[in-house]
Amino acid sequence: MALSIEDIKKVAHLARIEVSDSDAAATLTKLTGILGLIEQMQAVDTTGIVPMSHSQDLSQRLRDDAVTKTNLRDEFQKNAPALGNGSAEQAVAGGLYLVPKVIE
Amino acid sequence: MINSSLKQFGELLQTKKISSVELTQTFLNRITQHNPSINAYIALDEAKTLAQARVADTRIAAGNAAPLTGIPIAQKDIFCAMGWKTTCGSKMLANFVAPYDAHVITQFDNAGAVNLGKTNMDEFAMGSSNETSYFGGVKNPWSFDRVPGGSSGGSAAAVAARLCAAATGTDTGGSIRQPASLCGFTGLKPTYGVVSRFGMIAFASSLDQAGPMAKSAEDCALMMNVMAGFDERDSTSLNREKEDYTRNLNLPLQGLKIGLPKEFFAEGLDAGVGKIIEAAIAEYKKLGATIIDISLPNTSLSIPVYYVLAPAEASSNLSRYDGVRYGHRAAEYTDLMDMYNKSRAEGFGAEVKRRILIGTYVLSAGYYDAYYLKAQQIRRLIAQDFVEAFKKCDVIMGPAAPSTAFKAGEKVDDPVAMYLQDIYTISTNLAGLPGMSVPAGFSDGLPVGLQIIGNYFDEARMLNVAHQYQQVTDWHTAMPELALSKEVK
Repeated sequence: MALSIEDIKKVAHLARIEVSDSDAAATLTKLTGILGLIEQMQAVDTTGIVPMSHSQDLSQRLRDDAVTKTNLRDEFQKNAPALGNGSAEQAVAGGLYLVPKVIE
Repeated sequence: MINSSLKQFGELLQTKKISSVELTQTFLNRITQHNPSINAYIALDEAKTLAQARVADTRIAAGNAAPLTGIPIAQKDIFCAMGWKTTCGSKMLANFVAPYDAHVITQFDNAGAVNLGKTNMDEFAMGSSNETSYFGGVKNPWSFDRVPGGSSGGSAAAVAARLCAAATGTDTGGSIRQPASLCGFTGLKPTYGVVSRFGMIAFASSLDQAGPMAKSAEDCALMMNVMAGFDERDSTSLNREKEDYTRNLNLPLQGLKIGLPKEFFAEGLDAGVGKIIEAAIAEYKKLGATIIDISLPNTSLSIPVYYVLAPAEASSNLSRYDGVRYGHRAAEYTDLMDMYNKSRAEGFGAEVKRRILIGTYVLSAGYYDAYYLKAQQIRRLIAQDFVEAFKKCDVIMGPAAPSTAFKAGEKVDDPVAMYLQDIYTISTNLAGLPGMSVPAGFSDGLPVGLQIIGNYFDEARMLNVAHQYQQVTDWHTAMPELALSKEVK
């Protein structure tokens, strides 16, 4: 199936990656090549084959519902990015992370 | 001395012929000297490294040494190591300092090994040449105009140039075995689930597996003894009894049944590489092995299947990089959506973005059945091919890569050509099987690796098969001239 520039923009939006118009054209060429490779799959008859999501086909292991993690918030917050928009301050305050206002 | 085996290093340390600090300093000096040209390491911290060496010396003096105590090991920058910059080769994580240790790192710490530094890699392990790294490409120590392979290219060059005693790598589609082939050393991707993925930055979770990259099968076995083992923090870690991977090294190969899949010797294989693989097989016949012709009919489908499943899993795994709590955040943005879009556009390189977009596409409404489900169905066919094959043979052999190391820049603009580098390795990841690459000779002066694929949990036998070959050949001891010619006087 042929991809279009609109497809690229739609997928980029879903993936939350900004693409400029010129990037979208270049991306279209590359992704078309990759999808061409992937298309080889369509020639295979897979009727009745159970999909394999994991090599060992094991069921998910369960553990006791107990606290296992230690509180590393301060350590984690050391990796917070700079706030941006002119501020080099870390995007944290009072143990929280700062993001642009979401609710008006 | 730098060409010693891990066992020899251990003996030197434990008989006090050398201290861990001296041995570590020797490697650090080599790194200072050669890394500016090779670019194998992207994070070094001499103070931290030497502090670990001093602790190891104390442990040796106290008589509590384990086999790897005091031995300097390079760690692929995909493993979180507390207090170390851990970037996964990406601008996205260029300033990320790991707040905890990966299980693999903890295992090496417990063994008393010394962390020499973090090695360069393709961004988020997506690549076969190390050229997608934000921190620049890595030179193949055998020929500086060629790539070391990827994604574990920094570890590969470090092992080949003897800038470490051994290294770790990860293999999602061939990222240990293909660089092992291109740089001429021994690398093992274990059965999926044998080594914990905790603290190992995720690319495609159902395929990712860490393993050793070292000079010989014996070294890989000693590394496996440290790396393997159950870890409840990885939900796919297998709870199996601890095994000694060195236990079978010295068994004879008389009666070994080697399967040669005809698909691994078909069109696409470089003639020079093919000749060397045939010579290696002939050597195995002399060691008493029997050759059996087998078929893995769905081999050619492994690449299309992989380039659906791995990007699909990657698009999900990499959605965590949003510029909120860690990683790159755009300098300028208007609202939250704009912040996500710009942070991810700026933080990820071209190949990573391509794979996220492919993954998002194959998982999107209307395409899920045609691509993702279809790929999972063919994955089962590929795995079944191996089940059938292992009814007839003990191990499968063939090339690890279709060619020797290619020139830097040669495939960088052609993703599909790059993807074909992993034609012989990807199917084992899809099936979850263990695979190795073992040095088998040189074609036009460049190393060639023999791939050995084993049945599930057959690592000890594969290591035996490789070790016996290394008793009668010396390809694995060959060192690149360049690494020697610049030795400090």
